[in-house]
Amino acid sequence: MLRGYVLTYLVFLYAPIVLLPIFAFNDSTVIAFPLTGFTTRWFEALPATPELVRSVRTSLSIAVSASILATLLGLCAARVNARYAFPGRAAVLGFVMLPLILPEILVAVSLLVVLLTLGVQLNALTVVLGHTLICMPFAIAILNGAFGNLDPAIEEAAIDLGCSRWQAFRMVTLPLIAPGIISSLLIGFTISLDEFIIAFFLTGSDPTLPVYLWAQLRFPARLPIVMALGTLLVALSVILLCGAEWVRRRGMRRSGRRDAGGFFA
Amino acid sequence: MKRPIVELRDIHKNFDGEQALDDLSLDIAEGEFFSLLGPSGCGKTTLLRTIAGFEQPERGTLTLDGKPMEGVQANRRPTNMVFQSYAIFPHLDVARNVGFGLRRSRLSASEKSNAVEEALQMVGLGGFGKRAAHALSGGQRQRVALARALILKPRVLLLDEPMSALDRKLRETMQDELRRLQRQVGITFILVTHDQEEALIMSDRIAVMFDGRIAQVAAPGELYLRPASRRVAQFIGMMSFLPARLRGREIEVDGFGRTDVSERQAPGGLKDGPAEVGIRPEMMSLLSEPPSQGQRAASGRVSEVTYYGDMSYYAVMLDGTDRTVTVSMKNLPGGVTAERGEAVTVSWDPGSLMIF
Ligand SMILES: Nc1ncnc2c1ncn2[C@@H]1O[C@H](COP(=O)(O)OP(=O)(O)O)[C@@H](O)[C@H]1O
Ligand SMILES: [Mg+2]
Repeated sequence: MLRGYVLTYLVFLYAPIVLLPIFAFNDSTVIAFPLTGFTTRWFEALPATPELVRSVRTSLSIAVSASILATLLGLCAARVNARYAFPGRAAVLGFVMLPLILPEILVAVSLLVVLLTLGVQLNALTVVLGHTLICMPFAIAILNGAFGNLDPAIEEAAIDLGCSRWQAFRMVTLPLIAPGIISSLLIGFTISLDEFIIAFFLTGSDPTLPVYLWAQLRFPARLPIVMALGTLLVALSVILLCGAEWVRRRGMRRSGRRDAGGFFA
Repeated sequence: MKRPIVELRDIHKNFDGEQALDDLSLDIAEGEFFSLLGPSGCGKTTLLRTIAGFEQPERGTLTLDGKPMEGVQANRRPTNMVFQSYAIFPHLDVARNVGFGLRRSRLSASEKSNAVEEALQMVGLGGFGKRAAHALSGGQRQRVALARALILKPRVLLLDEPMSALDRKLRETMQDELRRLQRQVGITFILVTHDQEEALIMSDRIAVMFDGRIAQVAAPGELYLRPASRRVAQFIGMMSFLPARLRGREIEVDGFGRTDVSERQAPGGLKDGPAEVGIRPEMMSLLSEPPSQGQRAASGRVSEVTYYGDMSYYAVMLDGTDRTVTVSMKNLPGGVTAERGEAVTVSWDPGSLMIF
């Protein structure tokens, strides 16, 4: 009974992702069974589409900027959270984590309203802003875990042995939270790369990749190319997420600490 | 007393309005093994961290080795610390942990590695340099923390409850070794502990702290025999208290009767009126026969017997009172023993009682 339920769940969850590469290699413009033959021409068509290449470049630079920004801000927040107790700390933290549970469409619309009211020109930077906002909760969750595992006396021990505050942070704290930082960067990058709603609302004349793809859906002939691109994106996401988890676990093992938290059990 | 290497004057420190150190003054001599002893929360760690430079007092002055420490950061003070958690750097091996403080010294690489090996040998960890930090046992972590602090040859070594994470057997070994190490290097050690036995075993002098203040500073023997207050007496070792009345130099103690006392038995002075006397378990004994005429003794009934192997402790409820005294007796062959519920006679040595 339970097994049947789990099986159905997995089929519904992953069937579309399995279909993606199947049709990406299918030699037909029609997305339907039966399959007609194997081809790589949809993949070959990818670099030959200039707008597509441009949107990939836009998406990549947005994802890199947003993940770095979110990680830097998350670093500050997590350190403050680990080191200082102040009244209302839980409330502030809860507020920062809010985008995690808020419907993305709400975040997108309210950001758009604020930006338009301020008279800000919509462009790649406004998307970076939105993506930083939704990546922050993940960055903070990961980095809170990294700092939480840390004995506060360790940094003091380094100072006691002659380091300045900054040296102590760089020589002791930073290496110990590095896995968390890398993990946060990779997860932020992945989230930003395939985010659609905020990008759709806040993008100006430079569409991100998901926004560009959405526009292409109106042209059935281009569908197989979209399938090919989707296949690449899924592969990239899986690789990045596994990489993030691998780095995090290796860091844990190396410093001999117990595994706590993380997104995969 | 030699020139003080640590001088604390009127130190105040509070956390969110809570007074952690209250007008505290203290001198610690060079080369001493000095302990800060007190119950949990009395401010021992705060005092140690103030000396190390991790806490800034609101008022008062701290002088280390003759130099005022105001405005001197923790990394520039002639102190090193062994943290309660040991704070071993988990990403570095044992040699890098121990050599951490030598990073920026002018020594050559080979001089540094010699110094590291020497420090490791000093704490009994010769050849452990390549071990990963997380592969160390509790006792080894403590040794690494010691070597890491001592390699810098500080004027003062600060130790915050270094034995509290160790099991009893290992704790006793480490207490011996720490004492030996201190004699060997001659550095001033300041040990924080809440364990009175540990403080008595290890220290040249002990400061007993309550509520952010120093209650008494004395050598272990003096602290035990001449506690400055009832609270100190109660905290160090075991002591029974009995109500009494004082008139001139004569005191009348419930159950025991009258006896003469001297000034030195009363840290607060001899004042006529109600008082309280305190007496250690080993200053009383159980008698095998009823007291002879004129012998100072009280009768009572054994309410509890606690067996410690070499010794037994008897709680005796004194006849005609609601007070219990604790008497210790050596368990010698043919010696006096008593059962729970047995009627006994307790004799005492009036010269050793304290008046509070
Ligand atoms: N960082 C701090 N913030 C707030 N209160 C503190 C802090 N450190 C210590 N205290 C308070 O100061 C008092 C003394 O603490 P501490 O020096 O750690 O005692 P001990 O080491 O003797 O157990 C305690 O009441 C404790 O709650
Ligand atoms: Mg403490």
